[in-house]
Amino acid sequence: MEQMQNLFSGISLGSILILISLGLSIVYGLAGIINMAHGEFLMIGGYTTYCMEGLFANTFHVHNGNLFFLAALPVSFVVAGTAGLLLERLVIRRLYAKPLESLLATWGISLILIQLARTIFGDLTAVKTPPMLSGGWQVAPDLVLPYSRLFIIGLTIVTVCLLYGCLFKTRLGIQIRAVTQNRSMSACLGINTRRVDAATFFIGSGLAGLAGCAMTLIGNVVPDMGQTYIVDSFLVVVSGGVGKLAGTILAGLGIGMISKVLEAFFEAVYGKVLILLLMMIFLQFKPRGLFPDKGRVAED
Amino acid sequence: MRVNPRVATNLTFLFLFAVALPVGNLLGLVSINTISVWGRYFCFAIAAMGIDLIWGYTGIMSMCQAFFFCLGGYAMGMHLLLKATALQGKLLPDFMTWNSFTALPAFWKPFQHFFPALLLSLLVPAVVAGIIGYFIFRSRIKGVYMAIITQAFALGMYLLFLRNETRLGGTNGLTDFRTLLGFDLSASSTKLGLYWVSLGLLSLLYLACSKLVRSKFGKVLQAIRDSEFRVGYTAYRVLNYKLAIFIISALLCGLAGMLYTPQTGIITPGRMDVTASVEMLMWVALGGRGKLRGAIIGALLVNCLYSVTTSLFPQGWLFILGFLYVLTVLYFDKGFLGLFEKLGKKMRLS
Amino acid sequence: MRFKNIIGVVAMALTLGACNNAGDKTATAAGGADSNTVKIGVLHSLSGTMAISEVSLRDAVQMAVDEINASGGVLGRQIEPVIVDPASNWDLFAEKAKELLIDKKVSAVFGCWTSVSRKSVLPVFEQNNGLLFYPVQYEGEESSKNIVYSGAVPNQQLIPAADYLMSPEGGGYKRFYLLGTDYVFPRTANKILKAYLLSKGIPAENIIEEYTPFHHQDYQTIVSKIKKFAVGGKSCVLSTINGDSNIPFYKEFANQGLTAVTCPIMAFSVAEDELRAMDTEFLVGHLAAWNYYQSIDLPENKKFAAAFKAYCVKKNLPGADKRVTDDPICWAYTDVYLWANAAKKAGSFDVAKVREALLGLSFDSPAGEVKMDPKINHLAKYAMIGEIKPDGQFNVIWKSKGLIDPQPFFALTDSVKAK
Repeated sequence: MEQMQNLFSGISLGSILILISLGLSIVYGLAGIINMAHGEFLMIGGYTTYCMEGLFANTFHVHNGNLFFLAALPVSFVVAGTAGLLLERLVIRRLYAKPLESLLATWGISLILIQLARTIFGDLTAVKTPPMLSGGWQVAPDLVLPYSRLFIIGLTIVTVCLLYGCLFKTRLGIQIRAVTQNRSMSACLGINTRRVDAATFFIGSGLAGLAGCAMTLIGNVVPDMGQTYIVDSFLVVVSGGVGKLAGTILAGLGIGMISKVLEAFFEAVYGKVLILLLMMIFLQFKPRGLFPDKGRVAED
Repeated sequence: MRVNPRVATNLTFLFLFAVALPVGNLLGLVSINTISVWGRYFCFAIAAMGIDLIWGYTGIMSMCQAFFFCLGGYAMGMHLLLKATALQGKLLPDFMTWNSFTALPAFWKPFQHFFPALLLSLLVPAVVAGIIGYFIFRSRIKGVYMAIITQAFALGMYLLFLRNETRLGGTNGLTDFRTLLGFDLSASSTKLGLYWVSLGLLSLLYLACSKLVRSKFGKVLQAIRDSEFRVGYTAYRVLNYKLAIFIISALLCGLAGMLYTPQTGIITPGRMDVTASVEMLMWVALGGRGKLRGAIIGALLVNCLYSVTTSLFPQGWLFILGFLYVLTVLYFDKGFLGLFEKLGKKMRLS
Repeated sequence: MRFKNIIGVVAMALTLGACNNAGDKTATAAGGADSNTVKIGVLHSLSGTMAISEVSLRDAVQMAVDEINASGGVLGRQIEPVIVDPASNWDLFAEKAKELLIDKKVSAVFGCWTSVSRKSVLPVFEQNNGLLFYPVQYEGEESSKNIVYSGAVPNQQLIPAADYLMSPEGGGYKRFYLLGTDYVFPRTANKILKAYLLSKGIPAENIIEEYTPFHHQDYQTIVSKIKKFAVGGKSCVLSTINGDSNIPFYKEFANQGLTAVTCPIMAFSVAEDELRAMDTEFLVGHLAAWNYYQSIDLPENKKFAAAFKAYCVKKNLPGADKRVTDDPICWAYTDVYLWANAAKKAGSFDVAKVREALLGLSFDSPAGEVKMDPKINHLAKYAMIGEIKPDGQFNVIWKSKGLIDPQPFFALTDSVKAK
């Protein structure tokens, strides 16, 4: 039974990591931008959910705890996506294909966003869990699977499917994939790379916002909630192979499961240290991640 | 007599800090606290030079330099703590007694005397850098991947140092230092002395690093930064050069940490977390990457700003710092140094 | 000379001047006081990870200062608070402390929250003969004559809680899961608790100790471990989890089906301010151990709680009228009054005189009467156990019979060590 619980915990953590890392992976794959403010878009999603809760309760006087959350999901996506778009227009535009500079600039942005959130909302807020998602599914006397985590797993699956659908079945998707593979050639073929960049950033940040909304189910909403998962999501992106969805998914699940196993055997802190060490060793053998770009890649 | 303007600026800098400030202190215009604070800033400047060597000149972005800084800091801290413990007639430092340790752990023993502590505070960062660097550079990990791996490494080390089992004071770190080499750390004269030592070392190391980057070795480094791929096709073994400069950088950071601890009075794992590392990179970016003077100016300026804004604008300083970072990266590619140069060019042309 | 060099030199000189403006502020009389004001320092993090907790303390100190100033100040002088932001950076704490004591020459400093910050400034206060008022619960094992500790030491918070849980009135619990965040306070707290429980006859296999890193969010494994542990019945959790890890912990706890009836959590770091942000429906029935609650039924306290709310509304602070008072806020507020009263009694702001006047001083704080210990700079106070109510307040279900004298150096651990 305990194994089942650990298995479930691993899948749950993995699904969270996947949800958070998807946006990061897409943006980096396409634009060569490392977005250190990704965690802050997560935070924006979280605060949007908080505001929606307040809005529904106070302005619309709807006291059904479920509705606001369902509404918050798409709204978080849009709000965070818009914030990402703004960031892209103002700052990131000038930093394409300069990954190290983008790292630093987005770090500065993340400082600003965190302090902004702190000034507006104060330091301690939380969102009421929708009643339909509290409690758990009692599978066996010892095994309770919390509904909120099941929901997050479900959300992740739906999001991944939607993302695949978008990337492989729509016109925008094909353009995104083209620009990721070869920017100059795509431009030669008439694709408006600037527009594709903006769209990708919108989607990537929106995904982060969605993840933030989901996170309010299991955690709290604080200005630095983005910082907790950012290092882990970077590791997921890097080990999965940048820009590769399949890699991100596998890496996310893998890291989630291994983390939980390590945590079960060692203490939480040592578990974390070990997973970091394992990542470093893994990257020794597969420096470009699980699914690297095939073929010759001229680096400069 | 035509004075080389560069030398003139350097000398003015030296004069201001080596002479004017201490004289001000003696006259009562400048408090000893300010002197101490500038001493700490000089330590940061030394570390910044180390970072500039690997980032500005070789193009390696490492996010664990704060960890090397702390290794040096901890080494000196252990020595200072043991000396303070002996002074108080106790057998073990306080935190060990509370954690029910009965004897000094073996790895603490060499730190009882100054020279082994000095040696170790330089050796340990160098060795760790050597090992980490070897594995990373061997797999040709670079760019963003390197940044993320070193970030993970720094995080892991931070978590480890927070543990009590590591026997390094845990979250509280090492504190309560009394004397260094017999000089009382709280005396103004010692503080002034440490200030001069920091300034002196900064100047010496600046001269040494300038020579280094102008030498053939330095040229190869810059070639690696510009196009590592092509350097790999020449007779120069990229791995060796990268490893060498990584170790040198770690040495500089360790040295800086070593000087930092007696002037701050405490060393905690908080100094090695990811934020601290990114801050160090920001100093160099703000000051002007690829120029040693830029790194020094960046470190001094940003830390000065930090101290001043947290006193004057407790609510808003994060905004100021954040905007500064963003503006610098976007518009001031070459940092403040570049800004001065641009202005200088404009003035001369008009 | 080239222009850029001139600019460089000018910039350097300016920054030198700017950095030194603190020192330039000429202090007129000794003790940081000119004829009309007396300066005090406020050393709380207003940004960074600790801002969550410490901002309220700054507000409490400011409110106390405003109240005292409105009623005439201290010894005829108005109090002027000098507020600095050490930004949750421990090195900066030491630097700011030096700035307050040496440059600004304040008469007293009110500040710090974490033990690291206190340890970082301790040498500064001792070397410069300053006085720090520290309002937060801490792990003991310290008693400097330059710090006034108004927060609880373990024997005023942890031990009474353990006693209560083991007693029939408290539920007669026999199995204890000691869970904490990995830093010095939980480590020392658990060390003391374990030694105490063992000394009271609880067998070692009924005590489990575990730690999680800061900001840990994923408590699935740990909660399932607790579930397994609780199967034996009569189990409880003694929690020293800190900060934003509390919410995920309590949420996961409830989600996996554990309740305050099957396995109550006795928290030592969760107060009204943290509850303000939590979904209290998960928490009803769980317990906390403090020396003050907002719901204490005393006139002093009602006045205090109302005044704090009004203060937050007036100053447009985030949270406004939903702000609450809790243990550290109460002591931060009380500290200012303790200092003011001691200064009045001593007739001077000199640190040595104030310290002497403090010893044995009693005061009607919002928590009831408290008394400074006659020998060491700690406060004797009542211990209370509170049960969480749906509105985020506490029901005081137990109070110690008398004031508990502070014992920062807990003898029991020594005796356990000796075994």
